[in-house]
Amino acid sequence: MTAYRVATGGLVDRSKTIRFTFDGKTVEAVEGDTIASALLASGVSIVARSFKYHRPRGVWGAGVEEPNAIVDVSGPVSLTNARATTVLARNGMIVCSVNAAPTAVSDRNAFIDRFARFIPAAFYYKTFMFPTWSLFEPSIRKMAGLGTIVPEGAAVPAADQVNVGCDVLVVGAGPAGLLAALRAAETGCKVILCDDGFAVGGSLLHRSCSIDGMDGRSWADETVARLHALGASVLTRTTAFGIYDHGLVALSQLDAVNGRDRLWRVRPGKVILATGAIERSLPFANNDRPGVMLAEAGLAYLKRYGVAPGRKVVVATNNSVGKATADELSALGISVTLVDSRNGSEIATVNGAKHVESVTLSDGSTITCDAVLVSGGFTPTLHLYCQAKGKLTWDETLQTFVAGAPVPGISVAGAAAACFDIALVVDSVRLALSQCEIDAGNTPASALSLPAFDISPAWPKAGQSGRVWIDLQNDVTAKDIELAARENFVSVEHLKRYTTLGMATDQGKTSNLAGIALMASLTDRSIPEVGTTTYRPPFTPVPFTSLSGARQETMLNPPRRLALEEVHRAMGARLMEYGGWIRPSHYGEGPMEEAAQREALAARESVAIFDGSPLGKIEVVGPQAAELLDFVFYNSMSSLKPGRCRYGLILSESGLVYDDGVVIRVDENRFIVSCSSSHVAGVHTMLESWRQDRFSTDKVFIHNATTAYATVTLSGPKSKAVLEAAGLVIDDATLAHMTTSEVSLGDLAVRVTRVSFTGDRSYEVSVRADQAERLWQLLSESGKPFGIAPIGMEALLILRAEKGYIVIGKDTDGTTLPMDLGMNGPLKSKRVEFSGNRSLLTAEATRPDRPNFIGLEVMDDGGPFAPGAHGIEMTEGRLRSLGYITSSYHSPTLNKPIALALIERGYSRIGDIIEVQHLGARRRARICAPCVFDPEGDRLNG
Amino acid sequence: MQIFTCPFCGPRSETEFHFVGDFPKPRPDGMAKVSAEMWSDYLHNQNNPKGAASELWMHMACHEIFRMDRHTVTHEVTGSYALSSEAQS
Repeated sequence: MTAYRVATGGLVDRSKTIRFTFDGKTVEAVEGDTIASALLASGVSIVARSFKYHRPRGVWGAGVEEPNAIVDVSGPVSLTNARATTVLARNGMIVCSVNAAPTAVSDRNAFIDRFARFIPAAFYYKTFMFPTWSLFEPSIRKMAGLGTIVPEGAAVPAADQVNVGCDVLVVGAGPAGLLAALRAAETGCKVILCDDGFAVGGSLLHRSCSIDGMDGRSWADETVARLHALGASVLTRTTAFGIYDHGLVALSQLDAVNGRDRLWRVRPGKVILATGAIERSLPFANNDRPGVMLAEAGLAYLKRYGVAPGRKVVVATNNSVGKATADELSALGISVTLVDSRNGSEIATVNGAKHVESVTLSDGSTITCDAVLVSGGFTPTLHLYCQAKGKLTWDETLQTFVAGAPVPGISVAGAAAACFDIALVVDSVRLALSQCEIDAGNTPASALSLPAFDISPAWPKAGQSGRVWIDLQNDVTAKDIELAARENFVSVEHLKRYTTLGMATDQGKTSNLAGIALMASLTDRSIPEVGTTTYRPPFTPVPFTSLSGARQETMLNPPRRLALEEVHRAMGARLMEYGGWIRPSHYGEGPMEEAAQREALAARESVAIFDGSPLGKIEVVGPQAAELLDFVFYNSMSSLKPGRCRYGLILSESGLVYDDGVVIRVDENRFIVSCSSSHVAGVHTMLESWRQDRFSTDKVFIHNATTAYATVTLSGPKSKAVLEAAGLVIDDATLAHMTTSEVSLGDLAVRVTRVSFTGDRSYEVSVRADQAERLWQLLSESGKPFGIAPIGMEALLILRAEKGYIVIGKDTDGTTLPMDLGMNGPLKSKRVEFSGNRSLLTAEATRPDRPNFIGLEVMDDGGPFAPGAHGIEMTEGRLRSLGYITSSYHSPTLNKPIALALIERGYSRIGDIIEVQHLGARRRARICAPCVFDPEGDRLNG
Repeated sequence: MQIFTCPFCGPRSETEFHFVGDFPKPRPDGMAKVSAEMWSDYLHNQNNPKGAASELWMHMACHEIFRMDRHTVTHEVTGSYALSSEAQS
């Protein structure tokens, strides 16, 4: 056995040895040890360096309250800023102290502590102001702080998420929580009981007591068995970390199943908080030395883990529970000296440079010891009560804040209800159950008569000699609080932010009240007058992996897949994401840019086949359909004749171009809105909103049929010939450009629509999605004699840019109005209301220097412009942007670079030469019309 | 997380809903007849009351817009109502 492991006792299995490393050295543990208990057992005294001064620090607590023993763990899974007190030791774990280099024992920044009096609270704010904080921030951050972030690719705990409802959620499985859960379950309630410990029992795991004639641990085990028999869920290693709107309680369960964590979203009818209380420190000089720890923790290490906190122990207390702890330790054979301030005896200072060697009392006497256990009273854990808007009240007798008026649906029991004596638990639970209107068959106690928990105040005082530590995690001393008071940061919220009291991973669980009490005495206020900071979730840090759960990457944002994806793959397509859809960017080997050029050229020369399935197909049906589309579209749609199509813009109410697309009027009362593939959901919602706002909902209906159909597009001079070869007799008179027709192609029922995004004669052939492959094969086969070539998105983007056709979100931005795109007609001619109409008359919309959508000609041999390059000019000696390039390509058809841009007053500058700047380099460009290929549009019928 | 009640689908998680606007919030029709101030008020200003609020929400699962009354401080939802099938304007 190791240095401090006692021969028997505890919940550990001494026959099973576990080995891990801490700061590079092997530590021997036994099964059931936490990292902290193993380190204590092995005599590792310095487990961390403090946040700011790099002071040596030891294990302080035995649970979630731990401020000091923060470690990074790597292997088998990585954990950042783990509390050594709440992580079980495992074979092969690599544990490293945080904020220490190379190790906690020999930290090269330990010298900083010698300059501590020159760097009090707010030193950094005051000192590193000039020229700018950001100059100093990186190096200061490197010297301070906690763990390092887990490197990308390292194994992190996986996590599931569970949603569940129950009648009663009991938080905390100590004596009060167990009893409350049992009583509630006995009435037939569906109960969930959770506890953050490795085992249920809470204080029963380390305090001796007798319940129903059994010792505490046996009673706890039997109660769990009864709860299971009653169908209750008992969750260990599970922290209820937050109460949210409408009574949602979030639980973080670590290592739930096969190493996976689990996030629980619980909707309980009632919540009983049996969350216990957290012990506080006592104010004496060097009360942060390794070897000083909370008294309750010291007892817990002995009784749960079989680790003696020291060989010769001083217990310093100001209350009756602290004394009981000392008695219990003594009874277990530990050499204990009690220093009880209620008897006038107090510690003045701890001696020893790296570990406790002795204490000097206020009367000047010295006691040699190797551990100091402190008990400065107890603070009920009421974080969840406060998160649920419960108001704390100050109890002068108990020297702590306690729960005030009950919050509906939430009650508090046990030590959380300031019942620090086991004898009070039964009455406390009765009261809590009755407050939650759970009839447990007992006459509820109306009020509790608290027995004599005896405590004499022992708060830090102004002017105490030596360095009295208040907040161990943030290195806040009594002197820092005094400084804050002198500089008038006296509000509790200012105090927190100025000194960092109560910040970081432990959120001041052991320290807040002492800091508040000192501020109260410094400013002649009472403790409740100073008050507490706002309690917010989470109670303890929650792994991000639990918060995200499975909602990552494709599970967060599922890619949409084409019906023809396998066909594309078989043809050698390279797939990329475009607006949420996985689509072919190009086909075949070689660089994408070269393939796109090749494909675009083929489309112009003969015929291309293209998968346009993601294009929106929102059906608008009913007698008011035309009226609705007239309102939603900038362009008039009611004048469209059945069988014809029209291009239009959709504006938001602020007049901005939201989307564009072709509207097909299938018949009098039936339209198909063919919006941008990435805007289908948005346009659908917009149509629905206006439908329900302005129209009779039984006279117009909207149906998003986008994924019900696949669309295969043929484009190019030979496209008509391919369709004819496939068996369709096409007459240009009946199927002219911008018309549609429902026809049969072999045994396939298809809709053929003549619209063009390439400038060439094009046919969009739509078919039921499940028949997509047959359509694609038929058209491909029919096209073979004509040299038909599949083209991807990149080629299409080039073809449309040659024609100056816009892509919403690429050639427009969040400020683009229809007039900026040269579309003035509807504003002048439309007589009915439409979305965004009034916005087009504002001063902003009508200012003469708006950006205009134009083309740019390259004037040199430098190749295409960089997209995003700015047009510039000098105005009064200052460089100014005229706008920017939205699209830029090499045109294979024209064999020269082309560009589209939004340039200030562009329409009145056609022919002008402007300068274009990109990354400091300037080139010249001539402004031209956006369409540089076939401006007359002859090829649409070519 | 709040639970809102869609009059058509029942109680659902708040993540299924989008805020639409105040109830009622008539749109000022009439192009140039609408003053810039009125239009700006319609575009940009919401009541944002502290306390009882009547609002329009859309349930994104069924796309129905409905009226919901709730308390903006306590987040209590006091009622959900389907809109009439007649035009709302």
